[in-house]
Amino acid sequence: MDVPLFLLFAAIAVACGVNLVVQTHPVSSALSLIGVMGALAVLYLLLGAEFLAAAQLVVYAGAIMVLFIFVIMLLNAGGEKKSRNRPRLAAALGIPLLMLFLGIISFLIQRRVPSSMTVTFGGFTGGGPGDLGRTLFTGYLLPFEAASVLVLIAILGAVVLGRKEID
Amino acid sequence: MNFFLLSLLKAGLVAAVLLTTLAYLQWVERKVIAHIQLRMGPSRVGPHGLLQPLADVVKLLTKEDLLPPHVNKFLYVLAPFLAVSLALTSIAVIPFGPEIEIFGVRTEMGLTDLNIGILFLLGISSLGVYAVALAGWSSNNKYSLLGALRSSAQMVSYELPLALAVVGPLLLANTLSLRGIAEQQAGSILNWSILQMPAPQLLGFLVFAIAGFAETNRIPFDLPEAENELVAGFHTEYSSMKFASFFMAEYANIVTICCLATVLFLGGWHPVFPASMGSGYVPVLVFLAAAGIALYHGVNPARPKDRITLPAAGVVFAVVAGLFLVPVLKPVLVPLFWFGAKAGTMMFVFIWVRGTLPRFRYDQLMRFAWGWLFPVAMANLLATGLLVALWAK
Repeated sequence: MDVPLFLLFAAIAVACGVNLVVQTHPVSSALSLIGVMGALAVLYLLLGAEFLAAAQLVVYAGAIMVLFIFVIMLLNAGGEKKSRNRPRLAAALGIPLLMLFLGIISFLIQRRVPSSMTVTFGGFTGGGPGDLGRTLFTGYLLPFEAASVLVLIAILGAVVLGRKEID
Repeated sequence: MNFFLLSLLKAGLVAAVLLTTLAYLQWVERKVIAHIQLRMGPSRVGPHGLLQPLADVVKLLTKEDLLPPHVNKFLYVLAPFLAVSLALTSIAVIPFGPEIEIFGVRTEMGLTDLNIGILFLLGISSLGVYAVALAGWSSNNKYSLLGALRSSAQMVSYELPLALAVVGPLLLANTLSLRGIAEQQAGSILNWSILQMPAPQLLGFLVFAIAGFAETNRIPFDLPEAENELVAGFHTEYSSMKFASFFMAEYANIVTICCLATVLFLGGWHPVFPASMGSGYVPVLVFLAAAGIALYHGVNPARPKDRITLPAAGVVFAVVAGLFLVPVLKPVLVPLFWFGAKAGTMMFVFIWVRGTLPRFRYDQLMRFAWGWLFPVAMANLLATGLLVALWAK
């Protein structure tokens, strides 16, 4: 059951990702990005990372993208004008080169990464909130705290920028 | 019975009960508001207007489904669909009762139990913003757009205190599974999260309830659809079943928030005092009392037609009271009674507040969320964390 579901949601993620670039209207693009996030959350879930899947949904789809949509609607951003005069070389070679690039990357990953490091469906069980919290606060305490400080600095920066506008 | 068939059966049962509750919650709301305002409320369709929800459904189904010009068709249709499907999904993780054995089949009362149940619920409810935002934006109407903007800002702001208030019971129960949280509160009322030592969550419950009002766009936080400013807010342009979908979603969200408050703070399906002290007979007494009152008013009728309807209601109440004494049904019905009683009380409070309070001004709404609710929720979380950590030592 895992593989068909993986293929389905991987396809949805890729389709939404392509749609994100193809769409001309910002709201449609933002919605496609939400589709990518949702599909990724399902992929996390399939791999056994339940907490990460829920966090992906709550934080990215539920909070960050809402702000994106909010700003787009507030500014009432219109559709993007498409320029017709694309270089002929780019139009002809773009997709084949992209496929080649992705093919090389996936080939290299398959060759370089030992198979013991790859994750199999159902092989990982430490994705619950308790396990994740324990890992975060023991093995990865320093990166975790560093990230919190980084976010704090970003918040302070936002406050400073916001105050300047009021004065 | 195999897992698939059982799940299908339970899903059908929960969906049927939920949809009936939605329809009749609206009837209850109209009746209660009417009595608060010294009116009669719906009284024409059936006895005491009891068939009004059915009439409303038929009316909404047969209305013309209008598609205004210059709307973004895909998003315009997607929004009500999203609203109702997300609102109905969240009921799937709510536990209604303990694990029971009925006719030789063991099963949990509730559709499913995720180890991230509460996060799932928060995630689904946070996606609900999109339905409102997209509906308002795609309608090509300035009132709709204003409603949608207000709504997104409001729901994002109030989600924060809501989530912070939820963490309190999680700390006490030490699990994210809703069933686990409910099971931690067994015993008496003193074990419910709202009163549980070491950190009673009274403050958290208050913050949760207030943020819940705002999340469901109810008075006093119904600015997204403020009638006297925005016509009908984000769903101004919707008609027929699409309008009904938004309506249904709103009521489904109320039901979910009330069930969630019951599970997190009010002890889920556990009775007020333990079963060893006879709490299993409370439902029988309650329904017998209701039957007695109905019969008394049937014998001394205020209106001629009460001579028939009230004794009939009394008989129904007496039969329900009898059902609680049947040994096979008792383990199923008693937890359901307590769960329903608590969730029903919460729903009544929702309606009561609507009948009592006026609407906030927009700046008051935002100041209240960020200046009061958020600090209070944060302080509650810190105090709870400290007390739980000290108690554990």
